[in-house]
Amino acid sequence: MNDGTHVQPIPTELLTINVGPAHPATHGTLRLQLQLDGETIVNAGAEIGYLHRGYEKQCENTFYQLVIPYAERLNYMGPVNNSNAWCHALEQFLGVDVPARAQALRVITSEMGRIIDHAVCMGTNLVDLGALTNFWYMYNYREKIYDLYEELTGARMMVNYPRIGGVSMDAPDGWFESLLKVVDEMAEAVGEVRALIQKNRIFIDRTVGVGVITKELAVSHSVTGPCLRAAGIPYDVRKAQPYWGYENYQFDVPTAQNGDTYDRFMVRFAEMEQSVRIIKQAVAKIAPGPIMVEDHLVALPPKDKVYNTMEGLINHFKLIMHGIRPPKGELYSATEGGCGELGFYIVSDGSPSAWRVRIRPPCFANYSLFPKIITGGMVADAVAALGSINVIAGELDR
Amino acid sequence: MTESDILTKVKARFGARVLAEYSFRGQSAVTVAPETLRELLVFLRDDVEIALDWLMDVGGVDYLGYPDDDDREWRFEVAYQLYSMKLNHRFRVKVGVRDDSVEVPSVWDLWAIANWEEREVYDMFGIRFAGHPNLRRILCHDEFVGHALRKDYPINKRQKLSQPSEIILCEKVEWA
Repeated sequence: MNDGTHVQPIPTELLTINVGPAHPATHGTLRLQLQLDGETIVNAGAEIGYLHRGYEKQCENTFYQLVIPYAERLNYMGPVNNSNAWCHALEQFLGVDVPARAQALRVITSEMGRIIDHAVCMGTNLVDLGALTNFWYMYNYREKIYDLYEELTGARMMVNYPRIGGVSMDAPDGWFESLLKVVDEMAEAVGEVRALIQKNRIFIDRTVGVGVITKELAVSHSVTGPCLRAAGIPYDVRKAQPYWGYENYQFDVPTAQNGDTYDRFMVRFAEMEQSVRIIKQAVAKIAPGPIMVEDHLVALPPKDKVYNTMEGLINHFKLIMHGIRPPKGELYSATEGGCGELGFYIVSDGSPSAWRVRIRPPCFANYSLFPKIITGGMVADAVAALGSINVIAGELDR
Repeated sequence: MTESDILTKVKARFGARVLAEYSFRGQSAVTVAPETLRELLVFLRDDVEIALDWLMDVGGVDYLGYPDDDDREWRFEVAYQLYSMKLNHRFRVKVGVRDDSVEVPSVWDLWAIANWEEREVYDMFGIRFAGHPNLRRILCHDEFVGHALRKDYPINKRQKLSQPSEIILCEKVEWA
């Protein structure tokens, strides 16, 4: 009976469609298969591996220090976070303490990386939802941060900045001042973009209650990063198990309650503001000092020693040709990457290349629940949810 | 509780079923046989003083040709990285797998993330997980022969895919 208030369901045949592997909404090479009843998803499957490059195999066959530039190809939206994390894992393995100035520079470059990671994630996700303006706002400031990376390291995106035992280059004159100026502008842009969408009726309709990750689901799938904090669990490796002196900075871990796409947006906005806060404190606190550890088994000697002393030349030659040799053993090291906990499980056989490197990419866990959270929703909701999980194929497939 | 305290507690409880223990730079690990794995993981999760309720990662290791390693009775290890959200500590459980004829019990019903993680271990090392609902390759394609992260798989070997798989849906979305 149709009394005019209820729409009778129309019986349809189930339709199976493929989304991807090359689709504008996947921002990378992901393949989804959806079974549709009308416009409702009744079953979903995800296939990954389209960007599998044999990353872990490569790490076993190359020297530890040569993995640093390669590590940046994991989460290429915030590249320095990964190479910093890789160097940190090796330093834990070797028992090396990094000088305070190098630690602060790592904190600064990592927080810059987190800002651009979130900027790209939200900018592109909003494009998927039909809001192009925010994309230009976000990418504008991403360019400015790339300019800063260029001043610091000579490269814009894949900067190959850290070294095992420190960082490769010190900040040039005036760099910190330009950094402070850019992060201030960035904070302003974050506020403007948030003002554009936070109470926007269309945006709220598209995102509230869409792609909900409940607490239980998050725990079961080991979700980390902004996706976890949006579900209400305030876990952040920077707070839980601090490294690089994060315990000395004042910052909050933003959380939300519902774990939907809207909450993930708001958590990322708040995290960008916290990153700006950390950068400001780090710049205020940073003191002159060495940027590399003084350990001839780990750090390359300064160039004037290499060219003018026999010992320096031999040291340089030994490190380049014979590599860094950690003791036999194994270790798991975790840091907070752009999307969550980035872990490296390294097994060493005492040689200059790892016996085994297992990478715990945050996206792998975060994406594994994706078929569950889109089932029962509409196709357009799946697109909105996919962007807000921030799947980076580089670290998902390795 | 430090990781070595957890190690002591595990040894007291499991005795000779702990096949090997390991401590390095404040981290600790135990190795057990596949048949002990689930009991140990459930014990670590449910003990109130240990409460390792998060499975952060599962990764395989192939020890074929590992130097000075004659007394290791198994070729593969599968390492489970655990984390306690309540008490903020970590611990590692490893299971020794003699060769690929030995099956490791799946833990996907305890932690849903194990579904994909175990698929990756199977894909890369050929270790099978008993009770897994959807044990297919995950990173390599279906026509791939061999297991890429084994030490006897050459690094420069390439395998081409002639045709992508038609259906990737599972019967239930929980298995996907």
